[in-house]
Amino acid sequence: MKQKRDRLNDESRLSRFTTHVVLIFASFLAFGPFVWMFLTSIKTYEETIQIPMKFLPEIPQWVNYSIVSDKLNFPQLYLNTILVTIMMIVGQILIVTICAYAFDRLNFPGKNVLFMGMLALMMVPGQIFIIPRFKLMVNLGLTNTLVGLVLPGLFNIFGVFLMRQFFSTLPRELDEAARIDGCSYFRTYWNVLLPLVKPGLTTLAILGMLNTWKDLMWPLINNSQADKMTLAAGLAMLIGEHTTYYEQVMAGGVIAVLPLIVLFVIFQRQFVEGIAHSGIKG
Amino acid sequence: MKNQARHFSRLRRAEMRTAYIFILPMFAGLLLFSVIPFIQNILYSFRRMGTFGEGTFIGLKNYQDLLTDDTFWLALRNTAFYAVVGVPLVIIFSIFLAHQINKKIRGRTIYRTLLFIPAVTIPAAIGILWRWILNYQYGIFNWILEKLGLPRISWLGDVKYVRWAIILVVVWSMVSYYVIIMLAAMQGVDSSYYEAARLDGASSRQVFFKITLPMLTPMIFFSVIMVTIGILQIFDFIYLMVDRQTLSYTYSMSLVTYFYECAFNKSSMRGYGAAISVVLAAIIMVITIIQMIGKKYWVRSGE
Repeated sequence: MKQKRDRLNDESRLSRFTTHVVLIFASFLAFGPFVWMFLTSIKTYEETIQIPMKFLPEIPQWVNYSIVSDKLNFPQLYLNTILVTIMMIVGQILIVTICAYAFDRLNFPGKNVLFMGMLALMMVPGQIFIIPRFKLMVNLGLTNTLVGLVLPGLFNIFGVFLMRQFFSTLPRELDEAARIDGCSYFRTYWNVLLPLVKPGLTTLAILGMLNTWKDLMWPLINNSQADKMTLAAGLAMLIGEHTTYYEQVMAGGVIAVLPLIVLFVIFQRQFVEGIAHSGIKG
Repeated sequence: MKNQARHFSRLRRAEMRTAYIFILPMFAGLLLFSVIPFIQNILYSFRRMGTFGEGTFIGLKNYQDLLTDDTFWLALRNTAFYAVVGVPLVIIFSIFLAHQINKKIRGRTIYRTLLFIPAVTIPAAIGILWRWILNYQYGIFNWILEKLGLPRISWLGDVKYVRWAIILVVVWSMVSYYVIIMLAAMQGVDSSYYEAARLDGASSRQVFFKITLPMLTPMIFFSVIMVTIGILQIFDFIYLMVDRQTLSYTYSMSLVTYFYECAFNKSSMRGYGAAISVVLAAIIMVITIIQMIGKKYWVRSGE
């Protein structure tokens, strides 16, 4: 009996060792590039192209950060990105949750047809809308505006499915009690049910934020003026103009990723739950 | 009695009216920004159209031109290559890593944080970073290859290798995201299955293949669909990593990249761009439907 347990222990120790090796290697692959980005960002130009390769700079060149900030107005880009994110999240929460509430709690003719219609529309890849949306923005005078970046993304169908699922977990007795107390449908939704689906709202906010920060094509198309760009589009411009000076480009990269990484480390649980929820089916 | 019925139907009507008001903002937005654009885009694909104006109707000419357009076929082949190579790699690596991280070992929080970071980083930054890593002369990737006794490769400049460079970065960034999703699914598996298997003396390999994997199939199915759709629409990394003036840009071009170039960078091909987007949408829908049909042959159905 003891022998058997020892064998098991050895086996599990070995497998634990392999697991560590695998995970250390994978973590290195995942995070190593960012370390390299940082190290490059504090080198001199000569150090970045030195052969044989130098891993650490002689003297950290923090000046690269101010040089790249002269070429790209990062405070402005950040402000734009944050404003777009806030408008997107607030707008989505208002538009999406009330629609989800109606689909979960209220009865109306055409409900199923409209729901299937949304499902079908969700399956259509986004490129098909882009040319007409851009023409619409031109007509509305919304090119080179932050509102123009937000508007097409506000009507998040996935968000409706997600929030509907969260609403459906709440007992119907809540609605009835609220109705007996004389709440209107709107107050039932706003004061009673919405506060109870906070995890859903967090998920919606985190996914909205990730998608807004990641989007590149629409900002490139709609906003060509440097002072109306988001971080992603700004970085794309940086690579177009200053490709030779990688220490500057990498400094720009660090400025762009560091806040999000810090945010992720602090709110890791919320981020992970949010992303995990993007895996549930509507 | 009659009064009551009338009262009841008045309530019904109030409920109905409220519901329509509640869904109005969403559906007005969808109509304006999705349904009408969808129809317009299809109409545009029948037109010769430049940056301004509505152009002229040319019937199916754009679609006919696509058939003989070498760049279009190249973009189609590239996109197929990205999907065929990328999707299995993303799925296999993310299951494998999620399985490792799901074990109760020391330091898993740190591993998890490090592994998840690419998933929350903006692709624009990832693109410029890998462009530097894969640099022919000064990139650290080639330095490592050389240390291993392998030849230096111009990853982003050589038309033979550029697609592999793109795939590398796509897989790298997507695996991170899908590890999170797979891990959540693994943690959702009822632990009584595992306890029962342990009691029966199953090895950890058996547990993985006989329990974890089958229980995971619904999430794997969902991920296959999402990863396929994502990779078929790949744009960012190509746009950011490959020099747009070089031949390797053409040789790494995806359908979406070609769509973007036609619709927004060439002055007179917006209608042609619209046609490309219609073809892409059709391809994605057909593939998704095929995957949905195939579902019943390998996905474990719900309880």
